[in-house]
Amino acid sequence: MSAQALVTGLGIAAPNGLGTDDFWSATRSGKSGIGRITRFDASSYPAQLAGEVPGFQAEQYLSSQIRSQTDHMTRMALVASDWALADAGITPEQFDAYDMGVVTASSSGGFEFGQGELQKLWSLGRRHVSAYQSFAWFYAVNSGQISIRHGMKGPSGVVVSDQAGGLDALAHARRQIRGGTPVIVSGAVDASICPWGWAAQLAGGRVSTAEAPDRAFLPFDAEACGHVPGEGGAILVVEHADSAKRRGARAWGELAGYAATFDPKPGSGREPALHKAIELALADARSAPGDVDVVFADAAAVPELDRQEADAITAVFGPRGVPVTAPKTMTGRLYSGAGPLDVAAALLSVRDGVIPPTAHVQQAPGYAIDLVTGQPRTGEVRTALVLARGHGGFNSALLVRAA
Amino acid sequence: MARSRVVITGVGVTAPGGVGTKNFWGLLSEGRTATRRIGSFDPSPFRSQVAAEIDFDPELHGLSPQEIRRMDRAAQLAVVSAREAVADSGIDFAGTDPYRLGVTLGSAVGATMGLDREYRVVSDGGRKHLVDHAYAVPHLYDYLVPSSFTAEVAWAVGAQGPATVVSTGCTSGLDSVGHAAELIREGAADVMVTGATDAPISPITLACFDAIKATTPRNDDPAHASRPFDRTRSGFVLGEGAAMFVLEELDSARTRGAHIYAEIAGYASRCNAFHMTGLRPDGTEMAEAIRQALAQSRMNPEDIDYINAHGSGTKQNDRHETAAFKRSLGEHAHRTPVSSIKSMVGHSLGAIGSIEIAASVLAIKHDVVPPTANLHTPDPECDLDYVPLTAREWRTDAVLTVGSGFGGFQSAMVLAGPEGAGT
Repeated sequence: MSAQALVTGLGIAAPNGLGTDDFWSATRSGKSGIGRITRFDASSYPAQLAGEVPGFQAEQYLSSQIRSQTDHMTRMALVASDWALADAGITPEQFDAYDMGVVTASSSGGFEFGQGELQKLWSLGRRHVSAYQSFAWFYAVNSGQISIRHGMKGPSGVVVSDQAGGLDALAHARRQIRGGTPVIVSGAVDASICPWGWAAQLAGGRVSTAEAPDRAFLPFDAEACGHVPGEGGAILVVEHADSAKRRGARAWGELAGYAATFDPKPGSGREPALHKAIELALADARSAPGDVDVVFADAAAVPELDRQEADAITAVFGPRGVPVTAPKTMTGRLYSGAGPLDVAAALLSVRDGVIPPTAHVQQAPGYAIDLVTGQPRTGEVRTALVLARGHGGFNSALLVRAA
Repeated sequence: MARSRVVITGVGVTAPGGVGTKNFWGLLSEGRTATRRIGSFDPSPFRSQVAAEIDFDPELHGLSPQEIRRMDRAAQLAVVSAREAVADSGIDFAGTDPYRLGVTLGSAVGATMGLDREYRVVSDGGRKHLVDHAYAVPHLYDYLVPSSFTAEVAWAVGAQGPATVVSTGCTSGLDSVGHAAELIREGAADVMVTGATDAPISPITLACFDAIKATTPRNDDPAHASRPFDRTRSGFVLGEGAAMFVLEELDSARTRGAHIYAEIAGYASRCNAFHMTGLRPDGTEMAEAIRQALAQSRMNPEDIDYINAHGSGTKQNDRHETAAFKRSLGEHAHRTPVSSIKSMVGHSLGAIGSIEIAASVLAIKHDVVPPTANLHTPDPECDLDYVPLTAREWRTDAVLTVGSGFGGFQSAMVLAGPEGAGT
């Protein structure tokens, strides 16, 4: 029997709420954080909406030395890691340094920082490029900075699988727990809301150009027209059950099952692989479809992808066989931050017996899923399935269960 | 329950000095260097103007015009190397459940070349902060998020199992392969195509390493610019490349009569939690990773025949690493040949860990230890046997290969030859 990997701490930076309390009260009441972009002048771009984290003042939490060497997303990740450890009741000094590791996901590294330095290089010359560029942009920055901040020397890692990466990071954290490391700080905080990042996201062809914040990101809706990008995510403390028990820590829940699959090459005619990821994650958790109380959907809001996801859910759970929700309709898609934020929301659902709604959406008649829209739905939640899909064909499924 | 054993049955390398594993080993075993003045753009504004570049023609190596257009150079190197590794393994995926075949790919800096180039286009040479998205290439999103590289490899080999990029800076190439081995051991996949790639030789990369003086300014003698463990070393020489492997479980490799290069007998990574770029001279955390990797492989320090060093050629790294070998292997560190192939192929950031795994398994295959080129002047702080200048015939069954990188990551892997894997 493998060791149980429990979540004992949450740190959240989301577009509809900074901190767990603000995020959850907004999410359960259907309050969205999507609005017009404020981080740069987006008026010349076809898409002008994003989910930006409100009220994040890095100088409240981080020294000027750290701020000068980090991208916006790393600053949020560092603060979220502080909050997650505080929520878990852990001060790093309680543990041997090798008994704590850091595993995060990223999609594009410190891209805004990177734009600034590219701009200096090409407009002013190489002598103007920051000494911090070499480690502020790359994908490993958050794991490195979090490990330094908290003195964590144990097994660590960084994964990149677009939007699926955040769940892959949590699964890798669980792997390290099972390998005998008591504490892994994991999850992802992501952002590339800068002009250069925006150009790249627009090139991906899946960004909504709708103008009204409540009509722009409508998964499983007849008016689905792409997604709104967001920033933020969640950092979680994943802990070995023995360690949590020894400390008398409260557990939010267990990372009970996980699997990842990859779609066949486009044009191959073979079926997409999401349903297989769900089946394997259920088997990994030794759970049956009937055990699952809610599915947090990936919710691409691209009709073909919504169709694939609804079909996969229906294939495993039967038509309208399980409540499905997409609270990311209130945050936008957070790239690697999305999976960990959905896991946090799922654990809060377990705590409160409340399934948050999919905001703004009226379910299109063609989807045979039981989408929770309008009001939150109350009732016991013991097991939740979180899905995340990455550009190119990455499918990840993670099952959380009440501890 | 016995821990399942994972072996390497296919190798593909695209490294400076020549495409393909055969050319790679030719370079290493002859002690030639592939470092030169940068030719792909004018490097004269930069402090460090040398690199180890590959003369790589993607069309010649089987990529279609469409693939060449959409893939960053790093993805191209990975796909070509993956195809070589699969062909080398002799494996026939036609009979394999695609869900049991996975891909992990290491890369430290993703599509740096593509991003640097396309940034200049959309920003009008850095003049526009509000870049003009209308000039963006359609695949710019694939440059933004380098998991697109893994998608390309997965498509090339038909994988539908677990797939990801592992991006732990300069240890990515070790961590990617270590991760793949873990996936087979835990039962998530039967076969993994794994390795790493990076193609970072671009102005933004030069500028960022110039800024911290990490790369060498020895521009007058590019062929001898990479000088690991030499007293005159003055920083690393940037490189590019990819190495890919086929990994499978020992029993299934035996059943199909595959050639077994080596077993991945042990792997561990640790962080120094000290500084994003700095290293304490004592090598404590790397030593800890080495001890853990040895323990997993159930080996003693005396069992290690050769150490493939990180040996980047920076002042601090080579000292740090030498201390780590002594700390973890004790007296045996002094009796073991240690070498850095970065003296010949440069430092390809996230890729080099996998390229060094390739060098290690080829050392096992040929019973030859590659040399540390350009090592003429001993450094009193680096006092081990670094195999200077010429390769050495040396009975090599077990190799320790290590990596160290920005972010504080320290990784170690123990590879055991087929004799060990066969017992």
